[in-house]
Amino acid sequence: MITYESVTKVYGKGLNTVTALDNVSFTIPKGEVVVFLGPSGCGKTTTLRLTNRLETLTRGVITIEDQNIMDIDVVQLRQRLGYVIQAIGLFPNKTIAENIAVVPKLLHWDEERISKRVDELLEMTNLDPELYRDRYPAELSGGQQQRVGVARGLAADPNILLMDEPFGAIDPINREEIQDEFLKLQTKLKKTVAFVSHDIHEAIKMGDRIAIFEKGRLVQYDTPEVILTQPKNKFVSDFVGADRALKVLGLMRVSDIINRTPKNIIQGGDRSAEALHFLNTKDSRYGIVLEHNKPIGFVTQKSLKYEDGPVRDAVEPYPVFLREKTPLRDVLSSMLMYSTPTFCVVDDDKNFAGTVTYNDIQKAVKASYADETENVEPVETEVAS
Amino acid sequence: MKRLLTKLYRLVIAVIILIAGVTFERTGLIELLSDPYEYPVILELLIQHVYIVGLSMLIATIIGITAGIVLTRARFRKYAGICMYIIGLGQTIPSLAVLALAMSFLGIGFKPAVFALTIYSILPIARNTLAGITAVPPELIDAGKGMGMTPMKILLEVEIPNAMEVILTGFRVALIINIGTAALAYVIGAGGLGDLIFTGISLMQTDKLLAGAIPVTLLALFGDFLSELLGLVLISKGLRLSNR
Amino acid sequence: MSTLQFIMDNLNEVLYLSWEHIWIVGIALLIATPIGVVLGIVITKHEQFASRVLNGANILMTIPSLALFGLMLPILSMVDMGLGKVPAIIALVLYSQLPIIRNTYTAIKNVPPALVDAARGMGMSKWKLLRELEIPLAIPLIIAGLRTAAVMNIGVAAIATYIGAGGLGVYIQQGIARVYPEMIMSGAILVSLLAIVVDGGMALLERVATPEGIKVQRKLSR
Repeated sequence: MITYESVTKVYGKGLNTVTALDNVSFTIPKGEVVVFLGPSGCGKTTTLRLTNRLETLTRGVITIEDQNIMDIDVVQLRQRLGYVIQAIGLFPNKTIAENIAVVPKLLHWDEERISKRVDELLEMTNLDPELYRDRYPAELSGGQQQRVGVARGLAADPNILLMDEPFGAIDPINREEIQDEFLKLQTKLKKTVAFVSHDIHEAIKMGDRIAIFEKGRLVQYDTPEVILTQPKNKFVSDFVGADRALKVLGLMRVSDIINRTPKNIIQGGDRSAEALHFLNTKDSRYGIVLEHNKPIGFVTQKSLKYEDGPVRDAVEPYPVFLREKTPLRDVLSSMLMYSTPTFCVVDDDKNFAGTVTYNDIQKAVKASYADETENVEPVETEVAS
Repeated sequence: MKRLLTKLYRLVIAVIILIAGVTFERTGLIELLSDPYEYPVILELLIQHVYIVGLSMLIATIIGITAGIVLTRARFRKYAGICMYIIGLGQTIPSLAVLALAMSFLGIGFKPAVFALTIYSILPIARNTLAGITAVPPELIDAGKGMGMTPMKILLEVEIPNAMEVILTGFRVALIINIGTAALAYVIGAGGLGDLIFTGISLMQTDKLLAGAIPVTLLALFGDFLSELLGLVLISKGLRLSNR
Repeated sequence: MSTLQFIMDNLNEVLYLSWEHIWIVGIALLIATPIGVVLGIVITKHEQFASRVLNGANILMTIPSLALFGLMLPILSMVDMGLGKVPAIIALVLYSQLPIIRNTYTAIKNVPPALVDAARGMGMSKWKLLRELEIPLAIPLIIAGLRTAAVMNIGVAAIATYIGAGGLGVYIQQGIARVYPEMIMSGAILVSLLAIVVDGGMALLERVATPEGIKVQRKLSR
């Protein structure tokens, strides 16, 4: 746990002072990832650097695990906090193993323990120890270097990780991948993480909570959902962007709105005429066709009309199937791409699990904004349309 | 065009070797070197030369690197600019003038020569140490601090290794200038291979002249080679990789 | 003070030796510059020779000046020019090659490829490209190379006194031979001053020769 109480940082002396951080108070709960978000110069990096005393507090109190950081020896404090920065922070003169071993060596671990830990961390970050242990940073790609950076931060198994725009210098595709890997690790390790970012997508994806800074002040501190649906003021809503609705969809998954018992299910072996009649009674223009509980496609009333044989001869296959974990943002994208308003959800064995329709998605978005109109002073509502 | 130039290049080298061979024979250098009475004299002067160079370089390297490191510490950094300027000015002063100045204050002999060579060699080493450490990316130092490395550890494990290439360049420049200037040290009575060259010039004895000039040249080329070799040992492989 | 006295007393001679010193260095630079610049440009166009030429110039630079005089003496005595100003100037020309070639080469290599592409895209010929873009942008760095060469040559020219080239080194040589401290000091101080003044002058020239647009750019990027 990290707490910030009326934290203030003023640069300069006399008349030439700049207040970088003004009376900021919040708490990072144990085991959560909190993203410090904001434009450059907003104070997010300063807040992080105050935490491991790379900058000195002007006023206020910062505690880690209920201990005032000013009461801890600065070198010991830093060794207790894992520190991850962009890949350029790797020491080019040291091998990958030596880079990871920096903090364990400072803590005087014995050789064997260090080498075991290095291998363990390399495996954890998806780098083959045999292959990478004795290489140098220059021999690795940007993404691999950043994995080493994360491994180095985790080396001494700190409870708290400070991450300063760690994935900022990587290309978008690799960034996605390494973010996913880190999230996976985090569900296992449950570290308390302070994570600086200027990228709203990254913040929504990585953060259990987001702290939005503007000009040295903490503007809003909430979960990504609340920040997206109830931005406190114009600055936040601008920063979050006009595509907030889409971002909310990025946070919701198929499992949140799945319809597990749709009424328009037809078996592949049914006669077409029966099926047509069945759809008519259910007042449905199309039916989902299953065979051995696996969806094989859909039929419309129109296509059934001219078919004599079993339903399976008239079936049009689905271009994709969804999983329960698929974000709604991706679902919506598929719907637009294939102009198909309904998709089937399947489980790991391709068995039918339910459906998602365009209407369901729309309802979900509306629901998440339900309280916004009551709570917030008039914000431009370009989103609603 | 390309092939022609390559052939020309080979031709030039062959001609140089030919001319060298003819001159050595004509001037009687080979005779001189095979003379059992001259041979030990030349060897002794060579050893003297190496001794002057070695001693002054040793002192200069220690002082130069130390000065460079001190000037990059936070407390002294404000003096780095002015020191850099003074060093630049010092490097402008010709080597013969430095020797002459040392002699006017300290008289003739071995000590003033070593003193002058030391001072002259400190300049490039200190300058490059200062420049090399200053050029270490601040993110690296930040990373070291953030992980809880002590300032000493950061200096030894981050700053110096990453500045090593630039420091060695300074060392190389100093060493080569030192070897050349040590040949001049004869004029202030410090001996060395300059003895043979100066005597050879003034008496127009080409055999003696070459017996001094060739070893000095080889010594300088060896110094260059030695610096290169030192680079292989002292510069981390990771840095050599990233420069490629 | 007695050194100052010595200089005042021999002002005519001082001026003559200074002039002789400058003359040797100047002639050498005049010969060395076209050779070095042309070589530098040629190796940017024929990359495969670049490392060879630069290495060659580097080896030349490694040879101590006194040894170079010594090595040239027997060869040049064959045409009766072993001593005097000729070998001195040849040595200075050789030493100047590395800074001039290297700086020309680096300067032209440093012209942003995007600019070269743009110029070629607008239909500039190779020659025009060289004349209107590459050389103007390279001139400050070439002058920096000349500056290095000039300062170094002033030092080497002082040593060339010992092969009878004259110049301010004469005071050092004669002073040591005659054990005349004021003379030695005068020689050492004058030659150092000359080097410092030339260094400063060339630095100024470097700044003047920098195209206005680049100066503005530098100021803004600071």
